[in-house]
Amino acid sequence: MGKTLYEKVWEAHEVRKLKSGQSQLFIDLHLLHEVTSPQAFGMLRDLGLRVRYPHRTFATVDHIVPTHDRTEPFQDPLAQSMLEALRENTKEHGITFFDLGSGNQGIVHVIGPQLGLTQPGMTIACGDSHTSTHGAFGAVAFGIGTSQVRDVLATQTLAARKLKVRRINIEGKLAPGVYAKDVILHIIRHLGVKGGLGYAYEYGGSTVEAMDMESRMTLCNMSIEGGARIGYVNPDETTFAYLEGRPYSPKGAEWEEAKRRWRAMASDPDATYDDVVTFRAEEIPPTVTWGINPGQAVPIDGRIPLLEELSPEERPLAEEALAYMGLRPGQPIKGVPIQVAFIGSCTNARLSDLREVARHLKGHKVKKGVRALVVPGSEWVAKRAEEEGIAEVFREAGFEWRNPGCSMCLAMNPDRLQGDELAASSSNRNYKGRMGSPRGRTVLMSPLMVAAAAVTGEIADAREVFGIGR
Amino acid sequence: MLEKFTVIRGRAVPLRGEDIDTDRIIPARFMKVLTFEGLGKYLFYDERFDEKGNPKPHPLNDPRYQGASILLVEAGFGSGSSREHAPQAIKRAGFRAIIGESFAEIFFGNATAIGLPCVTLAPEDLAVLFQAVEENPALEVEVDLVSKEVRFGGRTAPLFILEEAREALVEGLWDPIGELLQAGELLDQFDRRLPYPRRSE
Repeated sequence: MGKTLYEKVWEAHEVRKLKSGQSQLFIDLHLLHEVTSPQAFGMLRDLGLRVRYPHRTFATVDHIVPTHDRTEPFQDPLAQSMLEALRENTKEHGITFFDLGSGNQGIVHVIGPQLGLTQPGMTIACGDSHTSTHGAFGAVAFGIGTSQVRDVLATQTLAARKLKVRRINIEGKLAPGVYAKDVILHIIRHLGVKGGLGYAYEYGGSTVEAMDMESRMTLCNMSIEGGARIGYVNPDETTFAYLEGRPYSPKGAEWEEAKRRWRAMASDPDATYDDVVTFRAEEIPPTVTWGINPGQAVPIDGRIPLLEELSPEERPLAEEALAYMGLRPGQPIKGVPIQVAFIGSCTNARLSDLREVARHLKGHKVKKGVRALVVPGSEWVAKRAEEEGIAEVFREAGFEWRNPGCSMCLAMNPDRLQGDELAASSSNRNYKGRMGSPRGRTVLMSPLMVAAAAVTGEIADAREVFGIGR
Repeated sequence: MLEKFTVIRGRAVPLRGEDIDTDRIIPARFMKVLTFEGLGKYLFYDERFDEKGNPKPHPLNDPRYQGASILLVEAGFGSGSSREHAPQAIKRAGFRAIIGESFAEIFFGNATAIGLPCVTLAPEDLAVLFQAVEENPALEVEVDLVSKEVRFGGRTAPLFILEEAREALVEGLWDPIGELLQAGELLDQFDRRLPYPRRSE
């Protein structure tokens, strides 16, 4: 009987069974950032332990970095102290640190793939739930807590239990103006934010096969918003073409050998799954959220549900969401005014995201009164975007072009909403208070839809605003 | 020796709401810290206090529930980020167990790894428990991880928890670092067998 990629990777990395019945799982690649790691280094110190394999851990700074003025010391002394703690910890333990200005700093889930560190068949862990992003390469990648960061630093392993695997097929061709972001919002809308509990999601089908790597990363990134700790796509020629020649990719004779190994890791055609769900690409519209979790979403030309259309279990949260968002049941989502437009985050701040927006944004202007920000995913993305003239297109349209980081997605730096401002955002979470103001509101959508909202000053259909597919 | 969690006894505070995410449990701005110390006071901060810092109506601000050591929640508790700051804040605010309908994957793992048991009840039992605690905040609740039941007001309801997690909590094995370290040489074999990332020359 065939095996899934998840099972094969698990078997290749299972060191042994632990007394509790969990498995001790070896982690090939460990990524660190400044927010979830300082306590882990403190715990190592308390236990008198060292980092066992420093060459398997890479660090960068992304959550707390100011994107406007990066002159040190930062205005926020707490942010500065976190950066310095990471600098000291990585230096003390011999860990590679992609610091500000190194050319490789960026959001941890943008730089791993960009550098070729993320590879098929790997186990990858990071103290960050969006580690699922790396699953786009056929890696088993997942977020961990700080105590587990300690475990990985000290032993390169952690205690884990095997998940079930749900195959999610997406078949057919996406309509113009519909992106991977819409696909994942559509999936979460249908399977729910708890739908993935206990599962790893394997995405496949002709739509996924046709996606470029950066779209696959967007798809896998938000697995966690659907409750699935892991999401992945089987590696194929698209994966290999992306990885070839990257700084940490295998080189020379090792490259061919690696490809052979990676191909063998893909799920077998006769693999069995614990569950299978299929979506049709043609039925996926540009999708936006209206509530306070990513499952509360509707098609752009739809309306917010009436309470009686919801199940009794969904109603209390819907009422809470409507009150928080200041929206009415049955109201069309299109036309809701916005004050902020944010293009960024580990979901959608890669070069292809920015390219696609710039292609359509040229000649348009951000509506007066809208604060619009682009925060590229990494220093490398920012540099390329400058070289290609993309940054200039954004600036000319009236967007602020910022330095790389997580920025307003979780607002641990100075970029944040004020009062009850409503943001059109390419990020991944519309939780209450997520963007830094306890009353701030977030509407999730694709980067191009954010640009359409920026231009019109309201939630809008990018296909109409930019004349796509007409 | 790690604490062995067998029976946890105490009063409970009912916290209603589905899919309560980690940003609500502890807003990101309170994570600009180098240790977990003192995080308890920021637990559910934006739910409990307005923008001027004045208390809002919230079960955790309700004097009748002061001193409760068991948190009652609904389904999908702890969704969102991997921040261990969330269970750390709950534990440091004095809670010793959480009873709910379901928990997000990473939250559950993080809570278990710091010795904060999260158990689930069938929805109908949970509804009865919520009601009982709301009617009588002084009600004593017992979470028994050995007999796998929750007891309150003369009633007994079966509890559910991943068997591996239950074992780990009951046997005092919930922090796995000691056992992970014992793998020793075996780790080097895996390090040699799995070639990437390469050691830098």
